Amino acid sequence: MKRRSFVQYAGMGAGATMLMPSLLMGNEIPTEALLEPGMDTVLKKQMADVALNTAKSMGATYADARIGRYLNQYVFTREDKVQNVVNTESFGIGIRVIANGTWGFSSTNDVTEDGIKKATQHAVAIAKANSKIQKEPVQLAPVESHGEVSWKTPIQKDFKEVPISEKVDLLLSANAAAVENGANFVNSSLFMVNEQKYFASTEGSYIDQDVHRIWPTFNVTAVDRAAGKFKTRQALSAPMGMGYEYMDGLESEKLQGPEGIKLYNKSYDIVEDAAMAAKQAKQKLSAKSVEPGKYDLVLEPNHLGLTIHESVGHPTELDRVLGYEANYAGTSFATLDKWESKNFNYGSDIVNIVADKTQVGSLGAVGYDDEGVKTKKWDLIRNGVLVNYQAIRDQVQMIGQNESHGCCYAQSWEDVQFQRMPNVSLEPGTEKYSLQDMIKDVEKGIYILGRGSYSIDQQRYNFQFGGTLFYEIKDGEIVGMLEDVAYQSNTQEFWNSCSKICDKDDYRMFGSFFDGKGQPSQVSAVSHGSSTARFNGINVINTGRTI
Amino acid sequence: MAIYTEEEAKKILEKALSFSKADACEINLSGSNSGNIRYARNTVSTAGYRSSQSLVVQSSFGKKVGTATIDEFDDASLEKVVRRAEELAQLSPENPEFMPPLGPQQYDEAITFSEATANVTPEFRTEVASKSIVPASEKDVTAAGFLDDSAGFSAMINSNGLFAYNKSTDVDFTVTMRTNDGTGSGWVTRDFNDISKFDPAEAANTAIDKAVLSREARAIEPGKYTVILEPAASIGLLGRMFGSLNARSADEGRSFMSAKDGGNKLGQKIVDERVNIWSDPLHPDVPTSTWNGAGQPLKKTSWIENGVVKNLAYDRYWAQEKGVDPVPFPSNAIMAGGDESLEDMIKGTRKGILVTRFWYIRSVDPQTLLYTGLTRDGTFYIENGQIKFPVKNFRFNESPIIMLNNLESLGKQVRVNGNLIPYMKVRDFTFTSLSDAV
Repeated sequence: MKRRSFVQYAGMGAGATMLMPSLLMGNEIPTEALLEPGMDTVLKKQMADVALNTAKSMGATYADARIGRYLNQYVFTREDKVQNVVNTESFGIGIRVIANGTWGFSSTNDVTEDGIKKATQHAVAIAKANSKIQKEPVQLAPVESHGEVSWKTPIQKDFKEVPISEKVDLLLSANAAAVENGANFVNSSLFMVNEQKYFASTEGSYIDQDVHRIWPTFNVTAVDRAAGKFKTRQALSAPMGMGYEYMDGLESEKLQGPEGIKLYNKSYDIVEDAAMAAKQAKQKLSAKSVEPGKYDLVLEPNHLGLTIHESVGHPTELDRVLGYEANYAGTSFATLDKWESKNFNYGSDIVNIVADKTQVGSLGAVGYDDEGVKTKKWDLIRNGVLVNYQAIRDQVQMIGQNESHGCCYAQSWEDVQFQRMPNVSLEPGTEKYSLQDMIKDVEKGIYILGRGSYSIDQQRYNFQFGGTLFYEIKDGEIVGMLEDVAYQSNTQEFWNSCSKICDKDDYRMFGSFFDGKGQPSQVSAVSHGSSTARFNGINVINTGRTI
Repeated sequence: MAIYTEEEAKKILEKALSFSKADACEINLSGSNSGNIRYARNTVSTAGYRSSQSLVVQSSFGKKVGTATIDEFDDASLEKVVRRAEELAQLSPENPEFMPPLGPQQYDEAITFSEATANVTPEFRTEVASKSIVPASEKDVTAAGFLDDSAGFSAMINSNGLFAYNKSTDVDFTVTMRTNDGTGSGWVTRDFNDISKFDPAEAANTAIDKAVLSREARAIEPGKYTVILEPAASIGLLGRMFGSLNARSADEGRSFMSAKDGGNKLGQKIVDERVNIWSDPLHPDVPTSTWNGAGQPLKKTSWIENGVVKNLAYDRYWAQEKGVDPVPFPSNAIMAGGDESLEDMIKGTRKGILVTRFWYIRSVDPQTLLYTGLTRDGTFYIENGQIKFPVKNFRFNESPIIMLNNLESLGKQVRVNGNLIPYMKVRDFTFTSLSDAV
């Protein structure tokens, strides 16, 4: 039912057309064109200065320009077929200004002196038109002037230099492994992103950054035609802020879980995981349907990441708290009075949650954010108490702070930047404690792995989460697989029921590659690290139905 | 950027096609201008404007396919993009499911373009925001809203003689009104092709009234309730059902449309016999393009008739595999309504819940099309034919198939998200928990 379909992509395979439209932004180009160098920084500086000078000459009190070249490569396969290989390039400039105390924004792919001048004039005109109904003139927190600097994701293998055939072969090998192990269907895909972005502002910063991200994933289906049933099992990979080296499948980055399950840290073995997925999808067809009731939940990092994202990441975004997102994503239960009280128990006292834009290998890691603020790490929840939010230059003064947290982001040059979630992660437990120790300590529980259905209200109180794999724990042992599991809770109750967190040896990152926010909606990528954690007495419902 | 006329678009496409040396070539050309304004806290927050155009070439040699795109349309650029698509095709693995381009087609004339929408100015958008902010301020309410308008065109040509053209406009508006004591919230959504049909003051006042009426909601026990769903609520579940009317996944055994022991549910009765759903690109209230991106004509098509599945979508490859005619995916959905007014629906309800909208809807089980989500921005308890008081929001776990089997009555149709959906009353709707969210 997508009506806004001016751009009709004839060449897209089934895999691609199911994706968010923003994925397909940019012009399709041949693979080798990905390796062509973009505009050099001397020229970018000149072009950016055209925007800054034009804005100032028209009376803007602040301006920034982002010249972006966004290179993406996506590979889609099913069973033994390549459905599509898509390479896209998007290049242009976005100009943001403050005039009469009001924001204005305009973007263009005409990166010439004339094109930039016109776009800047448009941005200033919008700011001036809107200033007539402006009641809260924009105030910016001070920022350091960085001069000319650069930053690059520390990668070992640039995806652009790896031949397409190697990527296709790897996905088809994973598909073959799934089919050999009993899968009826398997769709696999590989998303690779390179953001080459240049930022300049009237504060005196010229910042050149080269950002890389990767996400391999698949969905395996097992069908029982006689019973009229089907079950799916998604990949246990995580999207990462890494190069193609993530696909190496290094033994040193694997952890052994119960029931023969392999868990992956900073290196992923897609063929092994696909084989395991097929066996588990078949097993799910005859798994026991869960008895609803209260259970102790043992949540694996690749599952817990999404729970952190929804129940801590979003509610601590200051723009939500202040009402800027009220019409779409919503507001937040984590209101200013709770934060000001300095004793709002968001979670139990072992819960320590940090925001971090610097963590190596994470999706959110950059040197500087999209308004030229150097990135950092800060506390959101310390010993269970809410201590801070996520805020950017035009909002941080509203909570009495005078330094932006450095988490401003735009999905491309053509979209305006705004507050986006940094990596938000649960710190591991300080005492030696493994996953095996945790399972031993549970009488009646469920061990949940992987991403599943997730839904939460607009103030982030009530949520319901599913998962990929569910195992019943009885008297300290896993006794079998479960199906039809979802848990419902209230955010504050849930985090206060957190009774144990495994140590740092169990710490891994989960990621969200396409987190949506804003109007018009923009995506961003963010990681959430944690060790396996236990939550006592959580309400589990049975989702089985007959139609 | 100009919105190209049919002649201008054809000239560019014919020029590009003249450079093709591939076995087959298909070229899509599109462009749009769009502007938006966003406001919150009773003041404007951001606004923007964007303009884009794009030409996509798909070249094929046998079953090897390549695509390339460009946004400049001079002769050299057009030749370059065609050569790039051909190079890519030569390097690509064979796609066994590739279908050659269609031959010439007959299309109906679409009714999707409005000059008024194409001529919207930044000042007009500011005025719309103002018509929310001013009345909200007067009633101790805070407005947050978004207006997005766009005008664009699409055209395509291929080496088998097909040519298609359409231009269209769209307006989407939503506003959330929250009472300043934080206990009430109301919302409306409006969408049009023609902005002259849009009454921003009416929309704002409807949301303000809902916000005020929903203050200090009471908690009632979750469970199974009769619900009256406004069209903006039911579309969340129905839209997902429409999007799943795919023959291939049904035939493969991995859809709610899969029949036991193989095959699909075509011809089976799956919901109440009063349910009739069709698509129609020429419906004056919800017009769409009369062709899709593959150049297939879009015609009025019945999907569910008297509760029976009449059609599933077959792409050209799957239709060929199954020996049937292709059935393109619908571009809109129209569900037949009934005579009952909302007031009468409420009057005839002994105990029930009136729902403004659903929020954060996610799939729980694709096998049964079970979804979870929450009510939001105006949920009211009905007893003995009257709205008694606002209630706290509920989480639901429900399938649109079960919902349409439990149909009680149908009311007036309303345009929502480009579809025409009636008010409906449904019994035994499953609410599983309460939320404190306002």
